[in-house]
Amino acid sequence: MNAAVLGSAERVAAMLLRYGYLLRGSWPRLLELVYWPTVQMMLWGFMTNFLVTNSTWVAQAAGVLISGVLLWDILYRSQLGVAMMFLEEMYARNLGQLFVSPLRPLEWVISLVTVSLLRTLISFVGASLLAILFYHFSIFSLGFPLIFFFFNLMVMGWAIGLAVCGLVLRYGMGAESMAWVAIFALAPFTGIYYPIGSLPAPLQVFAHLLPSSYVFEGMRAVLIQHVVRYDLLRNAVALNVVYMVLGTIAFLIAFRAARVRGMLIHVGE
Amino acid sequence: MAYDSSMQQPAIEAIKLVKRFGEVTAVDGVSFTVRRGSITALLGGNGAGKTTTLSIMLGLLLPTSGEARILGESLVHYRQRILPRVNFSSPYVDLPQRLTVRQNLRVYGMLYGVRGLGEKIVRLAHDLELDDLLERPHRELSAGQKTRVALAKALINDPDVLFMDEPTASLDPDMADYARSLLQAYQARTGATILMASHNMTEVERICDDVLMMRRGRIVDQGSPRELLARYGRKTMEEVFLDIARERHAHPFGQSGAEAGS
Repeated sequence: MNAAVLGSAERVAAMLLRYGYLLRGSWPRLLELVYWPTVQMMLWGFMTNFLVTNSTWVAQAAGVLISGVLLWDILYRSQLGVAMMFLEEMYARNLGQLFVSPLRPLEWVISLVTVSLLRTLISFVGASLLAILFYHFSIFSLGFPLIFFFFNLMVMGWAIGLAVCGLVLRYGMGAESMAWVAIFALAPFTGIYYPIGSLPAPLQVFAHLLPSSYVFEGMRAVLIQHVVRYDLLRNAVALNVVYMVLGTIAFLIAFRAARVRGMLIHVGE
Repeated sequence: MAYDSSMQQPAIEAIKLVKRFGEVTAVDGVSFTVRRGSITALLGGNGAGKTTTLSIMLGLLLPTSGEARILGESLVHYRQRILPRVNFSSPYVDLPQRLTVRQNLRVYGMLYGVRGLGEKIVRLAHDLELDDLLERPHRELSAGQKTRVALAKALINDPDVLFMDEPTASLDPDMADYARSLLQAYQARTGATILMASHNMTEVERICDDVLMMRRGRIVDQGSPRELLARYGRKTMEEVFLDIARERHAHPFGQSGAEAGS
């Protein structure tokens, strides 16, 4: 391995260490990782218990709503993981120090998505274990397609998270709230709890542009029809490649614009 | 030993730097050179363009036109080669508040690829009297303590070029004196080049070899403190500063700021 790659790896490790210190030093941050998915999972778990006896659709597969909740949370956590760690640097007004060091923007992106992956894994595994405990439903029963679902949702979350970070770099902390709400704008259209086919026709077109729609359709195919829909997975992967490229480009363009406008020094003001 | 032509080049070189923010021209055709192994002050009133110039020289800000060169190389083209040999200290650019002093120094040491980092942190902490503060979160430090931590971070990679924005701001006179001595000793030991923005004229007279005076985004005069005192017929750099800032003394140099340092 050459020196440049080793140097890059060390800088990414430095940023991971920085975020590790941050999480380790704050119990509310750790609690937050499992709090919301647990609340959501419990809400929809009780709803499932009710619907199983009152809805023939849910009765086909009792785990369809809980799986939707847990998978949706992967998307939300991965986006939030990127955006929150990015915002930590804004709150700390640390960008000026970071980018007079040899840290490259792309190395920062790698550290952000890595932390996001770790945060999401903690959150997902915690909530999934509670689902087993409370409702005797294991999302791991989805089998190996779960790995595809997980990483497709992760990547889509990263892409949106990076685009949100770009917005904050471009428009300042006034755009901070986008980190919390951006992903929810997609929730009605991506078929978390109901098939895409139940949406009005024009919205179905939009839904088919979202990688997550194929993941949730694929999830239902496994749970209800007991088939793995590789065509859906392929569509999700293809769209995610586009999303990730666009998200990264948007972030890097915004970063360069921030260097033109002096935002790396004055961000937070 | 092979001849290294880069050693003949200035440590820091600004070439016709211009920075505009919309209609406002913050830096207006600034050119200067800072010779290797010197301590140079960048002086000017508020809004003169010092911080903007420093930000461009550090790569935090892209100039509208012109070029910043460090150690003989273009900052735009050779950023990754240059930045490991450069560092920066400012009491106005924070380190992460929630991390302890040791954690911050460790993170930044890794970012700069410092070897023997643990020992380095202990030595810097000793030099800057931070030993008892290493495990304390940055947010719990006083302004003076934060300034000392900023200095420790600035020296973590033994930089060849050090940019400093008011390096002794918030320090009491005793600690400020100690910090100046430390910087001078560091410069003498390593041959590093230091460019510092300062409002402390006593500091400038004491430790700086050269002075660059800025006003309204331009270099309007330069020279050693002794030369400037003689040129303006003053006894202190503070008086020289006031003459220039208030335009009480029109010097021919001011007519051709872009040629400063050439």
